[in-house]
Amino acid sequence: MNPQAFIDGLISGSTIGLGAIGLTLTYSILRFANFTHGDFLAWGAYLTLTVAGVLGGLAAGLGAPLYPFSFGWGLPLAVMGGVILTVALALGLDRILFGRLRARGADAIIIVMASFGASMALRSLLEFIFTAKPAYFTKALQIAKPLGLGMRATPDQLLVIGLTGALVLALHLFVTRSDTGRAMRAVSENPNLASVFGVDVDKIVRVTWIIGAGMACLAGVMAGLLVQIRPYMGFDLLLPLFAAAILGGIGSIPGAMLGGLIIGLAEAFTVQIIGAEWRAAISFIILVLVLMLRPQGLFGQRGA
Amino acid sequence: MTALSLTNLRAGYDRDLPIVKGVSFTVNKGEAVCILGPNGAGKSSMIKAVAGQVPCFGGQVRLGEADVTGLSSHELVRKGMGFVPQTENIFTRLTILENLQIAAQLLPRPDRAARIAAMFDMFPDLGARPRELAGALSGGQRQMLAAARALLTEPPVLMLDEPSAGLSPKLVGQVFDTLRRISEAGVTLVLVEQNVRAALALTSRALVLVDGQLAHDGPTSALHDGNLLGELFLGHRSVEASA
Amino acid sequence: MMEILAYAAFFLTVALTYAIMCLGLNVQWGQTGLFNVGIAGFVGLGAYVSAALTTPDAADRIGGFDLPIVVGWLAAMAAGGLLALAVGLLTLRMRSDYLAITTFGIAVALQLVFQNAEILTGGAFGMAFIPRPFAGLQGQAFAFNIVNLALTGLVVAALYLLLEHLLRSPWGRALRAVREDEVAAQALGKNPVLLRIQAFALGGAIMALAGAVQAHFIGFIAPGNYLPMMTFQVWAMLIVGGSGNNRGALLGAVLVWAIWALSGALISEVFPADQQARAASLQIVTIGVMLCVILLWRPQGILPEVRSVSRHLGRRNKDQ
Repeated sequence: MNPQAFIDGLISGSTIGLGAIGLTLTYSILRFANFTHGDFLAWGAYLTLTVAGVLGGLAAGLGAPLYPFSFGWGLPLAVMGGVILTVALALGLDRILFGRLRARGADAIIIVMASFGASMALRSLLEFIFTAKPAYFTKALQIAKPLGLGMRATPDQLLVIGLTGALVLALHLFVTRSDTGRAMRAVSENPNLASVFGVDVDKIVRVTWIIGAGMACLAGVMAGLLVQIRPYMGFDLLLPLFAAAILGGIGSIPGAMLGGLIIGLAEAFTVQIIGAEWRAAISFIILVLVLMLRPQGLFGQRGA
Repeated sequence: MTALSLTNLRAGYDRDLPIVKGVSFTVNKGEAVCILGPNGAGKSSMIKAVAGQVPCFGGQVRLGEADVTGLSSHELVRKGMGFVPQTENIFTRLTILENLQIAAQLLPRPDRAARIAAMFDMFPDLGARPRELAGALSGGQRQMLAAARALLTEPPVLMLDEPSAGLSPKLVGQVFDTLRRISEAGVTLVLVEQNVRAALALTSRALVLVDGQLAHDGPTSALHDGNLLGELFLGHRSVEASA
Repeated sequence: MMEILAYAAFFLTVALTYAIMCLGLNVQWGQTGLFNVGIAGFVGLGAYVSAALTTPDAADRIGGFDLPIVVGWLAAMAAGGLLALAVGLLTLRMRSDYLAITTFGIAVALQLVFQNAEILTGGAFGMAFIPRPFAGLQGQAFAFNIVNLALTGLVVAALYLLLEHLLRSPWGRALRAVREDEVAAQALGKNPVLLRIQAFALGGAIMALAGAVQAHFIGFIAPGNYLPMMTFQVWAMLIVGGSGNNRGALLGAVLVWAIWALSGALISEVFPADQQARAASLQIVTIGVMLCVILLWRPQGILPEVRSVSRHLGRRNKDQ
């Protein structure tokens, strides 16, 4: 077996995990499976790309690569802009669509259906604006550096892994220790009771979208940096995201991350052993296995 | 001094089929009032409407001097109305301490620890194991935690929806002892109860709700013999006759 | 003139194959409240199963048994029904959106099989020489399209009558009872999980039949026919027409297919060739927005459900 598959799996798993965090949070707090989440990843990548283009137009020096990475100061700045815009997109969609359905008391499944319709529209809108041609954050080629044990990785890839670890830790501490995090867990168990306890549920809903869409944008940028940016990138990641969130246990941030890593590694080994064309099937197989053997997931609570 | 007043309150889940059909009454500061009535009379819906859990279609709710009609539950808590729902009144997946911490988030940061400690003094059963999941508590302890949570912010008005539901007689005694202490401390109490005997022993005034309307309002002493109550519940007496 | 009529017959036949899918979806969603996001997978399965059984022997793949078309149709229904049964057994005891996620996964997985299992499916090139009903008339476009329209119409009519009959049967009433109030239905001795699984399997079989009928009419299939786009279109058809109402399902199918075909024709007229793919994505945006707008403002669709407007489209959560 090629040890390189391990690094590859870790890298794509980080991206999946980061995307799955938002999905698992919206699932547990807003109580519906959000099919637009994948498109938040794609929109995050395109919005960041757009901001980067604008910034590059303003100050050309921002594009100069920062050794040892393939990108310059422009990208981190652009990511900030992209995160803000993706969050605005999610909050806007909640205001005009999901929030209205919630206020009407519509069943969760109607909201799921609305998210399915919105997902189609958002994805095709990307295709209309940016065309189906792939785009890239950087054209710079990177040399993968040996890490020992026959594994290699580029500095960009190592940065992705490190950054993901730091973000997951920070989010986990936020949810388990902070006032807002505690209130989020309360809302996920029982929104009405949380309100009786004095929690402003609308505010918690906004925080959830902010975290979810923010992480989705980062995951989208990472996927774009590692592979390429396409309108369908989010859609293609949707099944791995759902599988990771359910495998980890709905509502669990470390679970979503671990689920993402497991899916990423399983995909990488599938590519090695069976062939790249079957890569997308692995998420489905894991999903079915989890539903059969442990529907509450690794860290999930029963009835969650 | 008025603590809580309802004026012609109409409420329910469906505007065309209100469950609370125009109820008016006033509760004074420090009073302990129980709301009685047959099943389906709208007691629970009424208290939930006051607490912001059921939509109000008409009329007015005042808390002290402030009009609070239609405010959401979290705004009402901030204005000083504590509410303990009948079931699912604690977060079973959070610890005992976390349950209280969530309620304490309404207080200024420096005061929180002291208020939580005060609740643990008041309910030593809870103070003995703050880091246990609330879901592991027994029925009586859950009611204690629910009451402790509501009292933590020292609301001037505390409303409880059937605090005795599902408890053994011994536990009912405990819960009502606690409520008596709370009432004696000057908190205005409004409780909906099916356990008429316990409710009458605790409160000084009883409201009887029949078919979404007030059928009786008077001192509990008048209801102790049971005849009047039976007649009200069975609908033999109209509002006029009892007044 | 004949050309236009021939095209109209062709158009209507394709629309009617979508109407079959809509009828299948109406059993699952309209009557039972089950959200299937993998319609394209079930339709594709039916098409491939029927094609594998009825095509002439081909050297480079398994299958090609040259069986009669009707055998292919029946086998497609069996395959779709069995797949739906398996999915139902797996997920229908759980939260409603697990079914959505799983069916979404089914469609992705089947798409991979269509693409990659070349020995069974012909891979990216798909399968050709699928026998067409009344193939003897192929030379005369008008006659060929008209008899096929009649045949497809017959299938739709038979299904419609069958489903309407089922709807009024005790089984159909139990199904709606479970949808409206699961606890009450349970108290009356209905087994909600079992009823849902039955409805989901029936719907899956009908969708697969639609795939087979369509495949035999066109004569050629490829993985690209069964993309999530198709699922999305069928959903739009049912929601526009009126979920819970079989006539609504038929109306929605023809209407949305007409909008789709006309806007497609418009795009190819108005936009230059290099911009057409781009403009086509606006078609999808429009339908997506339309779906959301209907869910927000007229959840019952054009033809609402007759007996009672589906309550789960409106307000059921009393806490709100």
